[in-house]
Amino acid sequence: MEPLDGNAIGGLLQEVFGTEMTTAVGTCAACGATAQVAEFVVYLRAPGTVVRCRNCLGLLMVIARIRDMNCVDLRGLAALEADPGV
Amino acid sequence: MAGTALRRRLTWQLATAAAVTAETASVSTIALELPYWPGHRAGQHLDVRLTAEDGYRAERSYSIASAPGEAPAITVERLDDGEVSPYLTEELRVGNQIEVRGPIGGYFVWEERNDSSPLLLLAGGSGIVPLRSILRHRDRSGSTVPVRLLYSARSLPEVIYRAELDRHGPGVEVIYTLTRQRPPGWTGHAGRVDDTLLAEVAWPADRGPLAFACGPTPFVEAVATGLVRLGYPPGQVKTERFGATGGR
Repeated sequence: MEPLDGNAIGGLLQEVFGTEMTTAVGTCAACGATAQVAEFVVYLRAPGTVVRCRNCLGLLMVIARIRDMNCVDLRGLAALEADPGV
Repeated sequence: MAGTALRRRLTWQLATAAAVTAETASVSTIALELPYWPGHRAGQHLDVRLTAEDGYRAERSYSIASAPGEAPAITVERLDDGEVSPYLTEELRVGNQIEVRGPIGGYFVWEERNDSSPLLLLAGGSGIVPLRSILRHRDRSGSTVPVRLLYSARSLPEVIYRAELDRHGPGVEVIYTLTRQRPPGWTGHAGRVDDTLLAEVAWPADRGPLAFACGPTPFVEAVATGLVRLGYPPGQVKTERFGATGGR
């Protein structure tokens, strides 16, 4: 399956975090690369949503919807900071 | 202020199709009426959710085709194996309702500016949709930022918004490249966007251009890396990748 990017999960992330997140900046826990969420590599319907680092392809986030609840795993992120301008 | 609008909770609402317009044989624009619309920025998208009788739900994202200040509209390309786009392009009639939430996104967004740094828009297929919102916004806001649009389509009949793009105002250049089929006597570009075509069309990096590239993943990867090779700082190349699943 062809990966997309973080723009594709703008709605899902806003649902989870309560704010616009495509401009948030994330730091990969594996390689230390930082990027805006919109630039992350995203696999939809994997099952669940899988988000990877564009630099090292390390796993950053997994979001699975189970019975209308979003289960969010962020262990691959060393940091995730919302854009202060938003 | 945009920031305050974005902090509001994102909720599903019932939108009514106010108009359905065929753009090409497989692409339609749907104008939406919503109970509440806070306004959108050029380049944002919205999510559409369809629920089947047995409760099965499918969600897709579609770029907003209209300019800020205009009523929200989406342009949808029918994908034969799609779950959502065949309904939106073939079954949906004026007055029908669909669930919608938005506007969404803050990264792939162009704000009206009047500095001299030019704008480069790169569209692959239906990737033109958010760029059309940007072009309309530039016109409506009276911006004089010089724009070049490079639009890669399979054939001329598959160019979305062609009539509107061909009557663009001053300061806008539209360059097509047709990848599969050219009409007799076609003097424009042919084939996929490569580094040679990019070098010909792209503003020189020393003019400080801002680029927006939207289309299928391979198209976006090719043009984004090509622009960086031409000296564009990666931060000045905004990218949005569409999948083969309808919208994103």
